[in-house]
Amino acid sequence: MSSELNNLTIAGALEGLAKKDFSAVELAQAHLRAMEKHRDLNAYIVETPEKALSMAKASDERRAKREKLGALDGISLAIKDLFCTDGVQTTAGSHILEGFKPPYESTVTANLWKAGAVMLGKVNMDEFAMGSSNLTSYFGGVGNPWRRRGDNKRLVPGGSSGGSASAVSARMALGATATDTGGSIRQPAAFTGTVGIKPTYGRCSRWGIVAFASSLDQAGPMARSVKDCAIMLGAMAGHDPKDSTSVDLPVSDYTKALTGDVRGLRVGIPKEYRLDGMSPEIEKLWHEGAEWLKKAGAEIKEVSLPHTKYALPTYYIIAPAEASSNLARYDGVRFGLRVPGESLDDMYEKTRAEGFGKEVRRRIMIGTYVLSAGYYDAYYLKAQRLRSLIARDFDIAFKDVDVILTPSTPSAAFAEGENTDDPIQMYLNDVFTVTANLVGLPGISVPGGLDSQGLPLGLQLIGRAFDEEALFRVGGVLESSANFTAKPAGY
Amino acid sequence: MSDEKNLIEGRTGMWEVILGLEVHAQVISEAKLFSGASTKFGADPNTQVSLVDAAFPGMLPVINKYCVEQAVRTGLGLKAEINLKSVFDRKNYFYADLPAGYQISQYSQPIVGKGTIVLDMAGGVKRHIGITRLHLEQDAGKSLHDQHPTKSYIDLNRSGVALMEIVSEPDLRSSEEAAAYLKKLRSILRYLGTCDGNMEEGSMRCDVNVSVRKVGDPLGTRCEIKNVNSIRYVQQAIEHEARRQIEILEEGGSIRQETRLYDPSKGETRSMRSKEQAHDYRYFPDPDLLPLVLDPNWVSEIKATLPELPDEKRARFISQYGLSDYDAGVLSGEKEIAEYYETVAKGRDPKLVANWVSSELFGQLNKVGKWITDSPVSADALGGLIDLIADNTISGRIAKDVFAAMFETGKPAKQIVEEKGLRQVTDTGAIDAAIDEIMAKNADKVAEYRGGKDKLLGFFVGQVMKATGGKANPALLNERLKAKLAG
Repeated sequence: MSSELNNLTIAGALEGLAKKDFSAVELAQAHLRAMEKHRDLNAYIVETPEKALSMAKASDERRAKREKLGALDGISLAIKDLFCTDGVQTTAGSHILEGFKPPYESTVTANLWKAGAVMLGKVNMDEFAMGSSNLTSYFGGVGNPWRRRGDNKRLVPGGSSGGSASAVSARMALGATATDTGGSIRQPAAFTGTVGIKPTYGRCSRWGIVAFASSLDQAGPMARSVKDCAIMLGAMAGHDPKDSTSVDLPVSDYTKALTGDVRGLRVGIPKEYRLDGMSPEIEKLWHEGAEWLKKAGAEIKEVSLPHTKYALPTYYIIAPAEASSNLARYDGVRFGLRVPGESLDDMYEKTRAEGFGKEVRRRIMIGTYVLSAGYYDAYYLKAQRLRSLIARDFDIAFKDVDVILTPSTPSAAFAEGENTDDPIQMYLNDVFTVTANLVGLPGISVPGGLDSQGLPLGLQLIGRAFDEEALFRVGGVLESSANFTAKPAGY
Repeated sequence: MSDEKNLIEGRTGMWEVILGLEVHAQVISEAKLFSGASTKFGADPNTQVSLVDAAFPGMLPVINKYCVEQAVRTGLGLKAEINLKSVFDRKNYFYADLPAGYQISQYSQPIVGKGTIVLDMAGGVKRHIGITRLHLEQDAGKSLHDQHPTKSYIDLNRSGVALMEIVSEPDLRSSEEAAAYLKKLRSILRYLGTCDGNMEEGSMRCDVNVSVRKVGDPLGTRCEIKNVNSIRYVQQAIEHEARRQIEILEEGGSIRQETRLYDPSKGETRSMRSKEQAHDYRYFPDPDLLPLVLDPNWVSEIKATLPELPDEKRARFISQYGLSDYDAGVLSGEKEIAEYYETVAKGRDPKLVANWVSSELFGQLNKVGKWITDSPVSADALGGLIDLIADNTISGRIAKDVFAAMFETGKPAKQIVEEKGLRQVTDTGAIDAAIDEIMAKNADKVAEYRGGKDKLLGFFVGQVMKATGGKANPALLNERLKAKLAG
């Protein structure tokens, strides 16, 4: 029995725990076994079995004593290694932070522990969340549990939350925390047949999350159902006075949004997202998604987001600019890696050259360049202006529609080695997702079906600011219409 | 503007010095600008450092409202525009005592805009000096290079402490004006309670921009002298730097725009880095902080609590107490002096009190190098002394001796007068007796006086005063002496 506990959804596991079908310890053990079995996927950087078992035991005791239980009491979760965890190594996937054990707990994970959740370990990710394949991690790439039909080539789980996606998809966690700066939740969710939501900027506290691009970063959950994400986000979100950009708005019970009723709801199809040379399979799924919602009573409308084509270049100016400044603190002086040098500058150069991988160095250089005297106006300032124009596009579109439906990614998961020669090709993975980050809007990716090679594809919904409910409601309908029951073989 | 006396004479003619000052004033606040860590001076190294100040991963700044209030208060005190919306930017550079690799500052949208400081120069000349802006920023930590032969130590206690950078227009024309500007600015900050102005502890630091030109010429290339830490050094640095620039220009050379340091021990400025070596700070709005938006009502509330500032106080001292402009300036220049003066002046002759404070008290304080707040003679004690003069218990001359004794012993005036028997003699009989005795001893001088040598009156006054131990009431003595000498 307990060997299958890791196949449950969060909602299912909560039910089983409530009925005392199994204990939180048994649930954790099932996951710890799966983690051990699938270590080849390299999803976890650090496993914390002792912590998992003691937290699970505490949950079981709370239940036995009939104490007040949290929304996630006894639920085994994986934590992206971007979240600082008290006394547990936190690396952001980088050599420069190898061995760093923060003396503090991020607000989001603290909220989860307060809700009774159990930590299984810290999961792999692209270094400093910069990547769409998880291949930039210092701790190695992560395997996608899915394979192309008749092909055993190892595929990437997407990124940057590749470890979260792989762990959830391979049943090594019931759910995982993740972060999304340009698509880092939604793209890996689409690649692994899981659900992931990037909430509105300001919904979850960024305190204690290693910063990549502060104006774009947002934490969110990944899980195997829309409802599971709703449960998790409810526990993660909330105002935090320690983050000046976190918003003081009430967090509703998102599971109540899953009514299945989308009658009269207006769904926008942005015409500019129909890219030249777009895969017919993606286009077909997109069309199918619209049909499902129409059948459920929603109204489908074409909308225009005319500045869409500028979103990716805008993103690749703003995100590196902020990153170049955010990553200045990794200097070898106070924590993490230090490579000795002849002088202070020499120590900085050696530490950062050895501590940061190629993609991180590339982005620091781009960011430094676009902020430099003489280039600031041409790049950074222009990008900020475009950001406002893109935001205005959405403001106008949301006068006519309640949510916007797009594909999550331009393709299904690719193999390690594909897409890696040209960074621009890699950046194109984010083409449908970056806009939501630039304007702070919430976006969810829901599995829509399999492509001809048997790989999952995702559909994305973008909603109004702080209207995560609409995403859960419509996402729930997409989920049940798609009836996505496929599982990666062998998991 | 080109006041003759401010010009410097070179070989080729007269030169004008153009000065602009950037003052970093540490905000008086319990906690730092973006963290809850304490700002107390003198704590053990690295004991007042939060995770935010040490820039640990994932840490975020949260603005300290009180520091904003202090900046607004200072802006109002400088009669400056308060910008209801301002923006915090990151100033990026690498240094070991700058943990985040950037300093949070305000670049293009500071919290305070244009204002004015009025300087009172010698001869009653008033100079209006423009304030360009005031912005809030964090201080960096401190690097200690003298603790170990090969290593540098870092103390992050100061990291994140709130500073106000107050930038003047290039309106100053001499080292005296620069000094007057700093003193006036410090006085205003102290009145407002927004900065203690202590340059020795580094809570007020000054960068000086210096350029020179021939009168009527366009502005010359400027050099910035960084981190000068006393008003005296500011003056010296300006003198030396102006001379250096004039010499170069008169030799046919040109000034390189650069940052320089003043070495007080050698009395010279030397190059720190040139324009080419200058940092590119890559300023951009800090995405961790929202723009700072102030409620105009809140600003009005702060304005309503502003204390009376030196200029207003000076004007009031003139109108209310009838003081001279000079005395009013001296007595209103520092908050503590003004408070002291007004405590003594209450119910007493304000001019007499002004004289006592500015000559006797300041004289004694200067002699022992004490500040008015440490004066051994309190305002009430000085008042007691002045009362004894007013009611004729002692003469003004004796009072000076009594004051000296008060300053030395801390005893009240009355006690000293009683103990030393300094009570003034107003008994006509006693004074007459003393006069008779002196006249008898100096019959020749009496004859000379009566023969027309009026000047001898002073001699007689001195002699009688001496005979009475200085205690004779001077007016009475004069009157009786004149009558007796007249025969």
